[in-house]
Amino acid sequence: MGHTLVEKLMIKNTGDDSIRPGDIVIVNPDCYMIIDAYSPSVINKLEEMGFDKVLCPEKAVVVFDHLLPVGNPSNDPLFISKSVELREKYKIQTTEKGTGISHTLMHEKRYAKPGTIVTATDSHTTTYGGGGCLSTGIGYSDMAAVLGTDELWLKVPNAIKIVLEGKLKPHVTAKDIVLKVVGDLKADGGQYKSLEFTGPGAQQLSMQARYTICNMALEAGAKCALFEADDKTAEYFDMDLDEIRWIQVDEDAEYESVMTYDLGQLEPQIAKPKGVDDVYDISKAIGTKIDEVFIGSCTNGSIEDMAVAADILKGKTISPYLKLVVIPASNKVFKESIELGYIETFLKAGATVSHPSCGLCAGFPFGLLSDGEVVLSTSNRNFIGRMGTKDSFIYLSSPAVAAASALAGEIVSPDMLELLTH
Amino acid sequence: MANIQSGRIWLLPDDVDTDVILAVRHLFLPTAEERARHALENLIPNFATDVIAGDVIVAGKNFGCGSSREYAPEALYDCGISCIVAKSFARIFYRNAINIGISLVENADIQDECEDGDLITVDHENRNIETGGRRYEMPKVPKHLEEIFKAGGLVNYHRKRNALSKEGGK
Repeated sequence: MGHTLVEKLMIKNTGDDSIRPGDIVIVNPDCYMIIDAYSPSVINKLEEMGFDKVLCPEKAVVVFDHLLPVGNPSNDPLFISKSVELREKYKIQTTEKGTGISHTLMHEKRYAKPGTIVTATDSHTTTYGGGGCLSTGIGYSDMAAVLGTDELWLKVPNAIKIVLEGKLKPHVTAKDIVLKVVGDLKADGGQYKSLEFTGPGAQQLSMQARYTICNMALEAGAKCALFEADDKTAEYFDMDLDEIRWIQVDEDAEYESVMTYDLGQLEPQIAKPKGVDDVYDISKAIGTKIDEVFIGSCTNGSIEDMAVAADILKGKTISPYLKLVVIPASNKVFKESIELGYIETFLKAGATVSHPSCGLCAGFPFGLLSDGEVVLSTSNRNFIGRMGTKDSFIYLSSPAVAAASALAGEIVSPDMLELLTH
Repeated sequence: MANIQSGRIWLLPDDVDTDVILAVRHLFLPTAEERARHALENLIPNFATDVIAGDVIVAGKNFGCGSSREYAPEALYDCGISCIVAKSFARIFYRNAINIGISLVENADIQDECEDGDLITVDHENRNIETGGRRYEMPKVPKHLEEIFKAGGLVNYHRKRNALSKEGGK
């Protein structure tokens, strides 16, 4: 009997090839990441548990991405100073300070490698599965225990195979694929499960596209999401394909269910407020008036996302009164966007470009919404009050739809742009 | 953890996310007490003021979906909630809640059959729940989790282990 991808990664880590879905296994993660927002609590828990040192500090990374630069001077500096304490007292030498969003950095800087197990104190840790890495989020008590013991218990999950066939139409992107999958599975359809993407359509997707999909798989409740390793994975990580070729779906592996999508049939997708799984073809949302557009986040802040938005915005001006906020996900993406002229395009179109960070997706300044306001966002969640007051409204889409809609002042399909006069 | 928990039911819907349990803007308040005052405020404005120790949340599917913030179960715990019954729990919330010593019970029927404010008794010793004159069985928990749960959460579990190993090392 063959194995699912998640089983293969757990077997690699534990050396136990008898594991079955439902078993609880103890793994030694290859890397663990802590975001600044949880540093004080991680330290508190280390102290409460009685750990006076981190067992394998060389495996840990601390990222300052949520609270830097400081937005609230009475509260936020604590999170910065506690993050520094993790370095000084607990000897975690690897820190990323103001270099971008943690989840983007974890693959961009090659911390989350193919074939490894990574855990982090944030739900969107599922992202790194795009590179064939079993990655899953935990809270700060669990993280303190991981730091103290280098161990994490995980239940071997059941898996859902998602077969992608065909080729995406122009202006349809990875975000539309994952919105469609979350809409079909619903917010709990992937609960405790591994979502495993395969098929010719999956092989065609770029690494950034794969990371977008795995990032948002969490919104279906998934424990992890995984793509197979191929030549693109090997190239991205500068590895020999032979080293990672084993990260492949076995034909005879037992999957709980199989979902198949013809990418050629997929239309741009929209998640309506207030539910990530309330997903429709864009035709059901066209004409919805919007006050703001946000392009960025760990879901859609890559260089490819910037390119998609710049291509649509080039030489045009956004709708009067609409606010467009663009946040490249990392300094690397920011620099490349400057070199390639994307930032100039955004500024000329009337956008505000902000420093690489989580930004308003995590409810931080600037660009938050007030009662009755509507934002179209490329981020991953549209929960009540997430990007402003509880009576504001969040629609989720791809960067292509977001950019086109910023020009129109209402939700439109990018294909409709030629018909609009601006 | 007490073997029998008894209190009033706070009835909640499906897909209650951690942003609703505790919004981002309250995460960075300096004390747990201040954070707890904002628990569930966008859903039940009087929750934090009216909830009393021993009350039980009864919810639908996917309770605690969304962010990994442990502040969410912590805020509920600090309000006096030490037991949550739901059709299902989101994965990270499940770990976080168990780790801080909240007992979680999966049950497919209670949410549909109970009323907000009803009395409920959760008997961990005999593994059953009583409310509205009906009795429900509690599902089994994996052994590893049960050990953490019996220790009163992950913090206590490791504190005891570390204390023992330090004694043993002397």
